[in-house]
Amino acid sequence: MISLRDHLTAASVVVCCGSGGVGKTTVSAVLGLEAARAGRRAVVVTIDPAKRLADALGVPGGLTNDPVRLPLEEPGELWALMLDTATTFDGLVRANAENDLQTERILANRFYRNVAGSLSGTQEYMAAERLHALHRDPRFDVVIVDTPPTRNALDFLDAPSTLARFIDHPLFKMLMLPTRRGLKVLNLATQPVLKTIGKVVGGDVLADAVAFFQAFSGMETGFRKRADEVIALLASDVTRFVLVASPRADTIEEAKYFAGRLERGGLVVHAVVVNRCTPMFGDAPSRRPRSAAQAALYDNLVELQATAAAERAHVANLLADSAITPAVDTSFVPTLAADVHTMASLATIRSLLFPPTR
Amino acid sequence: MDPLQFVTTARVAVVAGKGGVGKTTVTAVVARAAIRRGLRVLVVELDGKPTLDDLLPGTEVQHISATAALGEYLETHGLSRVARRLTSSGIIDVVATASPGIDDIVVLGKIKQLERSGDYDLIVVDGPAAGHAITFLLSAKSLISTVRGGPIHTQATEVIEMLADPARCQVLLVTLPETTPINEAVETDAALHERIGVHVGAVVVNGVDVGQTLPADVAKEGSAMRAAADFRNARRALQAHEQARLAKELPLPQLVLSLVPGSVLDAGAVDRLAAELDAS
Repeated sequence: MISLRDHLTAASVVVCCGSGGVGKTTVSAVLGLEAARAGRRAVVVTIDPAKRLADALGVPGGLTNDPVRLPLEEPGELWALMLDTATTFDGLVRANAENDLQTERILANRFYRNVAGSLSGTQEYMAAERLHALHRDPRFDVVIVDTPPTRNALDFLDAPSTLARFIDHPLFKMLMLPTRRGLKVLNLATQPVLKTIGKVVGGDVLADAVAFFQAFSGMETGFRKRADEVIALLASDVTRFVLVASPRADTIEEAKYFAGRLERGGLVVHAVVVNRCTPMFGDAPSRRPRSAAQAALYDNLVELQATAAAERAHVANLLADSAITPAVDTSFVPTLAADVHTMASLATIRSLLFPPTR
Repeated sequence: MDPLQFVTTARVAVVAGKGGVGKTTVTAVVARAAIRRGLRVLVVELDGKPTLDDLLPGTEVQHISATAALGEYLETHGLSRVARRLTSSGIIDVVATASPGIDDIVVLGKIKQLERSGDYDLIVVDGPAAGHAITFLLSAKSLISTVRGGPIHTQATEVIEMLADPARCQVLLVTLPETTPINEAVETDAALHERIGVHVGAVVVNGVDVGQTLPADVAKEGSAMRAAADFRNARRALQAHEQARLAKELPLPQLVLSLVPGSVLDAGAVDRLAAELDAS
């Protein structure tokens, strides 16, 4: 069995996936700390980190869209950034536009400004885009990505068609349909369909949208090429997928969903991290003590044992899932008695995920 | 105090909170508690998950999907012919992209319609997942500034009226007794007030490990009983500390739902939690 440490050592890209609230960001931070300890230059891409986590990592001002280096005394380096979807999108437009005029027309478009940060799927797409750019950045050896806390976080795996969703967007196709490629002069008035839609959603809104898609045309090739590269990178042998879960029945169901999602994309879960497990304290005395105080402690131990056993059963259910390789490395992180958002707690979690080698 | 008074002051209660805090649990328990009081309750679910039907046998649960609601809306607003030309899913995607938030407003419009019908004393809405709750509720305000006339404008105006009226609609904010979820609840509350103008009626703390401090030192140092008691006491102290901080930072009525043992939530557990809420 390949351990989480081996995976981390071999990887240039680590994608942490799982449902919201299971501690993905904490696990991503700990993987980054460990990579830095091993002498590598790591960068962690977070989506929405808790401010206290940024504090614990020594970035009191919070994270920005540009990577900042964290003040650590480790042989390697740890950098972190918080993904800003709109800014990343702007960068992608700049990189792919045929000229400055096209860039300007898109960036100034009201529809674009509305959707760049909020259109569903954009955040996931930009996370993948950012991952690709950082992978090529000579400053970093390994990129660790904390995926968005949504069910469709892995939708970018589907195909380049989903990634480059604007190109395949029905509105875009509709605009392109009546003309031949290269003939981009379209008149709203010639489109009765658009006129009808405009009556319902408001003419201005629609005009902005149409202007955006018109300005966008010509950039398809660049977007598609980039999308293909991202997919190839995710499927390559330098990428590892870590599934983060917590041992509750409902979150285990979500974890199975993510495992199945990876499988459908032709990918595998390389390691599983189960967070917030009830600790095991050892066996209870064979008989319930008579004194009330002792009995209360006995009951407490038995209750926690039962909870831990139920949790293990939930995890076994996940590991038995057909989308998960039987020999997958599984780490259990117990619920800590203290707040996880301190450097000391992060160090504790690190020592649990990466036990010192003899 | 009567905790239920806080959840039933408005006809619509939108249950909101970040992913993983237990919105669905709270939705089920609040609905069940209101039913116990003899109220006519409707549960509205937006994710298409069947969980609430299982947790609330015999209760009316309506699943409102944004796509279906938008499709229905377009159909009744003269777009059915266009839809046929483009395939209906295509037209929905076009409209939703051209006019971000339109699907949300159509869903809110449906909720408003149910509220207006007078058929229910309480409509509990299991809010959208993750950080989407703010955008969801904000859709009316955003649309009103971009769409200046027409049916969507009217719809948005009426939804804003409902959201702004604390007697008609309020938010129940769900959180866990832990640092990050509480920080997020405080931020969400501020956003709900400032950006949407909706009333937050109560904050529901889910998964609280209620119980007395255990006399850990009666067990031998190093024994399993001792370690388990120390752990339990430390967790409870941490939770109590966080709940106190929440009360200070968010001065709202605080309702507590206790931790479900074995973390298996079923209809029976919902019943027990509802009874507990009623009795507290």
